[in-house]
Amino acid sequence: MNREKVIFAFFIVLALTLNFGFFLGEIDKEIHHNVFELFAALVVSMICTVLKFGDRTHLGALMLATSLVADLQLVIAAFLWGFAEQISGGMSGSMMSSVVSLSGGALLANVISVILLVVETIVVRR
Amino acid sequence: MNNVFYLLLRRLRVPFITMIVVYAISILGFVLIPGQDDAGNAWRMDFFHAVYFVSFMGTTIGFGEIPFAFTDGQRMWTLLMIYATVVAWLYGIGSMLALLQEPVFGRLLRRRSFTKEVAGFAEPFYLICGYGVTGRLIVSKLANRDIRAVVIDLNQDRIDDLEMDSLPIRVPGLCADAALPDVLDDAGLQHPHCIGVLALTDDDNSNLAVSIASKLLMPKRMVISRTEAEVTTANLLSFGTDQVVDPFQAYAGYLSMAIHTPYKHLVYDWLVNPYHRPLSSVYQQKQGRWIICGFGRFGRALYKAFKADDVFITVIDAKEQNVNQTEQQIWGIGTEAKTLEEANIHDAVGIVAGTDNDADNLSIIMTARGIKPKLVTVVRQNLDANRLVFRHSGADFVMEPGRIIANQIMAQIKTPLLPVFIDALNGYDDVWAHTLLNRMSSVVGEDELDSWAFVLEEEDTPAIKMALEEETVIKMKIFLKDPRDRSQMLPGFPLMLRRGSEIKILPGELTELQLGDEILFCGLSKAFTQVEWTVNNYNVLQYVLTGKDANNTLLSRWFNTD
Repeated sequence: MNREKVIFAFFIVLALTLNFGFFLGEIDKEIHHNVFELFAALVVSMICTVLKFGDRTHLGALMLATSLVADLQLVIAAFLWGFAEQISGGMSGSMMSSVVSLSGGALLANVISVILLVVETIVVRR
Repeated sequence: MNNVFYLLLRRLRVPFITMIVVYAISILGFVLIPGQDDAGNAWRMDFFHAVYFVSFMGTTIGFGEIPFAFTDGQRMWTLLMIYATVVAWLYGIGSMLALLQEPVFGRLLRRRSFTKEVAGFAEPFYLICGYGVTGRLIVSKLANRDIRAVVIDLNQDRIDDLEMDSLPIRVPGLCADAALPDVLDDAGLQHPHCIGVLALTDDDNSNLAVSIASKLLMPKRMVISRTEAEVTTANLLSFGTDQVVDPFQAYAGYLSMAIHTPYKHLVYDWLVNPYHRPLSSVYQQKQGRWIICGFGRFGRALYKAFKADDVFITVIDAKEQNVNQTEQQIWGIGTEAKTLEEANIHDAVGIVAGTDNDADNLSIIMTARGIKPKLVTVVRQNLDANRLVFRHSGADFVMEPGRIIANQIMAQIKTPLLPVFIDALNGYDDVWAHTLLNRMSSVVGEDELDSWAFVLEEEDTPAIKMALEEETVIKMKIFLKDPRDRSQMLPGFPLMLRRGSEIKILPGELTELQLGDEILFCGLSKAFTQVEWTVNNYNVLQYVLTGKDANNTLLSRWFNTD
């Protein structure tokens, strides 16, 4: 068992599960979507990105790209949430659905990331 | 090529993750810890304010407690987190700086910038492997002729030397093993403008590797290699290396020519060696028996060359494996008078001090001259650092391997016609060589005799090509007239004319020229710079031909109609 691989897989799967947990629920209901979960998803996604740094293989490049996409979507979602709360005067249903749909996009990127991880594991067969 | 970038990212993984984790914990703490607003109501910081506060706290900018004054709980958390974030930052910056200072990283960066520079070359250049005595001489001579070069050497000190040497043009250098093909590739082995590869390292195997790589990748490009063993010479020639220079053999041939045909030897020396020997050196008595001290690589090459010219030889050597290799051999080093007496120094005409020890060689010369002052002395210099001592040793010939190779290679690079001319010399006798030498001497005196060649084609001589296409008769003498004043002659004369496979030695001034002719000249290098005007500028050529300073523009033609 490779400790580094465990940590790597752990963070990638965790990024997906947290993201999924946030995404779950009715799209415009604020009570269905926890702000802490978004925060955790964002932090874990960033850690994933850093973990994928420096891999020179083609698969590694692909994984880094999916991670960057997830980061981008989540950061925008977080900004939007802050904007809704602080500047536009309270969270509205439409704002909430924007935030959740952005996180949905990040979810898709995370799914691809996990698929790539699985593919890599199957190809290596060790 | 993105090696550097990947290395940077990989090494910064841990600092980045540390920073993300510390920031995340810090932000989360501020969101969770209860606070108060200015009216004393319970209030919790939201993520927006927490991120804002931590951002300026972590970078120690410190705008104060925003938006409301903190409770003691919040202050305690701030206190902890200030240290945590500052340490995380220091750790990140420290790792980055440590990485930048690492030698591996520096090497990668240097290699990268070197490769980039070479790839950007738009002029022809030579790739030179090895920056020892020979490499250094050749690079500086090339640079003085405005020819670009790229240097690879295994030793960083030598690359530093290259950077210190004040060369007139920039010569990029890389510290790497030239025997590795990817290093050669980065240095422009496959570059379309690379016109020649010179393998000049002191390791025969490296030279072999460089030559093979070059011949395999670019079969038509010139490769010149130095070598120190006959096996390597044969090997190098077997796959078509253009020139193989063995310093010992080259010098042995040179020396035996000096004994046999002194004037021809001087012609050769003047053409090839920038610091040529004076005419008076011919009058020494050189025919007779010679003593060779040291029967190593140099001694053997010399023995072979002398034997071919029927010179009597006595060999002195102290090494066991060299004893009794020749008919007449004396055991000893040669530094003692006794050994030399034994070798019958009194009726010898010359002595060669050819051991691989510089101090021994000098000692041999001094002892020998002490016994017989009129002896012709040849001394081998092994280390370039000893140059000063050898120059003042008073020996008639000093053999410096590095210089010999450099001169031979420069002769080839200057113009491929020069070796052809030197080969053609064999067909003439020494009296003829004497006449030629007198002519050379009257032209250059004691200065360096330079040589240059023109091919009457678009690239070399555009003006002459235009004139020939207009059916103007071009004679050899236009190359010798001063373009500033056509009644003056330039210090130089033609040595050889090659038309197809026909070779004409010392062509006359009235020889009519055709397109495609190759002409070799010798003279002072200032004549070369002048004659370049004539062959490149049509108006200057017209002046030299007719004496009229015609300007062929539309306006001047219109003015000059009447």
